[in-house]
Amino acid sequence: MAVKDYIRERFFPHIWCAGCGHGIVMNGLIRAIEKLAIPKNDIVMVSGIGCSSRMSGYLDFHTLHTLHGRALAFATGVKLSLPDLNVIVPMGDGDALAIGGNHFIHAARRNIDVTALVMNNRIYGMTGGQYSPLSGRGILATTAPFSNIDQSFDVVELATAAGATFVARTTAYHVREMATIIQEAVVHKGFSVVEVMSQCPTYFGRKNRQGDAVAMLKHLRDTVHPIGAKAKDENSDFVERGVFVRKDRPEYCAEYDDIIRRAMEGS
Amino acid sequence: MKGTAKFVQGNEACVEGALYAGLKFFAGYPITPSTEIAEHLSERLPRIGGKFIQMEDEIASMCAIIGASLSGCKVMTATSGPGFSLMQEALGYAVMAEIPCVIANVQRGGPSTGIPTHVSQGDVNQARWGTHGDHSIVALTASNHQDVFAITVEAFNISETYRTPVVLLFDEVIGHMRERLVVPEAGDMPIVERLKTSVREGVDYHPYLPREDGRLPMSDFGGVHRYNVTGLFHDMWGFPSDDPAVVHGLIRHLMDKIENRTNQLARYREFYTEHADCLLISYGSSARSARHVVERRRLRGESFGLLELQTLWPFPSEIVRNKCANARHVIVVEMNTGQVCQNVRLAVANPERVFLANRVDGSFITPTDIQRMLHLFQGKGV
Repeated sequence: MAVKDYIRERFFPHIWCAGCGHGIVMNGLIRAIEKLAIPKNDIVMVSGIGCSSRMSGYLDFHTLHTLHGRALAFATGVKLSLPDLNVIVPMGDGDALAIGGNHFIHAARRNIDVTALVMNNRIYGMTGGQYSPLSGRGILATTAPFSNIDQSFDVVELATAAGATFVARTTAYHVREMATIIQEAVVHKGFSVVEVMSQCPTYFGRKNRQGDAVAMLKHLRDTVHPIGAKAKDENSDFVERGVFVRKDRPEYCAEYDDIIRRAMEGS
Repeated sequence: MKGTAKFVQGNEACVEGALYAGLKFFAGYPITPSTEIAEHLSERLPRIGGKFIQMEDEIASMCAIIGASLSGCKVMTATSGPGFSLMQEALGYAVMAEIPCVIANVQRGGPSTGIPTHVSQGDVNQARWGTHGDHSIVALTASNHQDVFAITVEAFNISETYRTPVVLLFDEVIGHMRERLVVPEAGDMPIVERLKTSVREGVDYHPYLPREDGRLPMSDFGGVHRYNVTGLFHDMWGFPSDDPAVVHGLIRHLMDKIENRTNQLARYREFYTEHADCLLISYGSSARSARHVVERRRLRGESFGLLELQTLWPFPSEIVRNKCANARHVIVVEMNTGQVCQNVRLAVANPERVFLANRVDGSFITPTDIQRMLHLFQGKGV
């Protein structure tokens, strides 16, 4: 199918700013789904609130646009009641890890077969540029006019520690790699987390003098390197990308099916 | 009634009612005094192929049942005061997106952590107005285990019929008290099944376009119709809209589908209400004490009656007004500072004749408590 066959054209134009990275991530996701040839009826996309969460409305899957931070809790209800469906949850960094942080770690702990796509542009875009738990120290935001003193989470370390069984990081610059990683994440049986570092030229870029969208993408290209690359040894500020965790652990819905089997035998 | 007799807690009667109604998915978080509902369902649901999950908090529990409802299950959660507070945002989502779901709130004393192991009926107004914005809600209650069972079945039926969350406002005394329950045989009580769309694959399905009778047929996730569900104001496709006509149309629809059916949704019991000089109005566990008083006074030849409300929201104003029309005294018996009493006063022709007999100290209101207050209201001193 062509990319446009996955899109609800009726609901366009989208709300994203010119130069926003979210459209690139949506394209990467569509390409991954197309490669996997998963029927559209077999996909439920659950999102929360924020710029990134509007993705669910634009895509022609079963879509559930929920509350700020709660997408993974809604997704847990969908997945557990219909385990055969593919559940994909696009989230922003604030949505996933500030207000939704608790649901994020518990979904990872349960290892429920849901794909969490964290679109990390390090800022609250929809409300106009406030710092998020991924902005990092020293960043300027509308709520950090003297620079941010909040330390940031590392999505990969957090997801890994919480028990996610597939954890990866990529960027909006590395589009082909992004599609391949999302493909693997969707297929993975268990809770999979893909952090996509993305650009918000409107707020993050402007506040922090990072230039336009192209300049921000080039910055991602120059500072985010494959796992184990020598560049990281030369500059510890560089970030690694690739698949960090890929392991087997009992998946929640499969485990619950076993509970049902045992309960039915016992009754 | 034929069926299976059991000696159970009110919380178990609620579980039996939910299962009888077709519950398939429960998500919850432990909290006194509702926990037994979760405990029993964790054992009962997998035996029938249903799903139970203990979530990380009440917010997640409420969200999970909404997700499961959209996947085609009859769903429920159970909680008490603080947990009910946490559920309010997602409860509003269920109102807005018109998701059938049942929320049992076994009331304890509040505000805040309050008095967790003691009785209260202080969440009546929270059930009505806990979530933000204009909206309507259905809230039901009961005073004995047979009625807890029946009203739980009703809650699911109303929830499915009108695509609305329904709150079951039980209380600690009802939840923990043990008494006899007869579980009817399958088929003895009517069950409303989920109304599914008959629109075929390939034909445009409008998830939010009501039929002529006002009902909205659903299509489960994973089915042949892909559509959008959102908590934003939305059009008939479920897509966000800020068009004033769409916004106004939806808010009116959400209010009217409940408020216009106030009499239809009213469930109540009445004891000697006709020509009663002194009419007691009560609900939940306090109605047990009120009924005791009414029976005692009638033995003494006094004209006492009891109107026991089971539907608290939408408030059955017209029914209350009619029942109170000839009463010289109306005494509202409840365990809060007058949340139902306030609505009775708004409903009746002579609000100055409405008195509140209450306790708000975590103790159950006894017949003796009510008798003492009656002396005052009737001008007989203490």
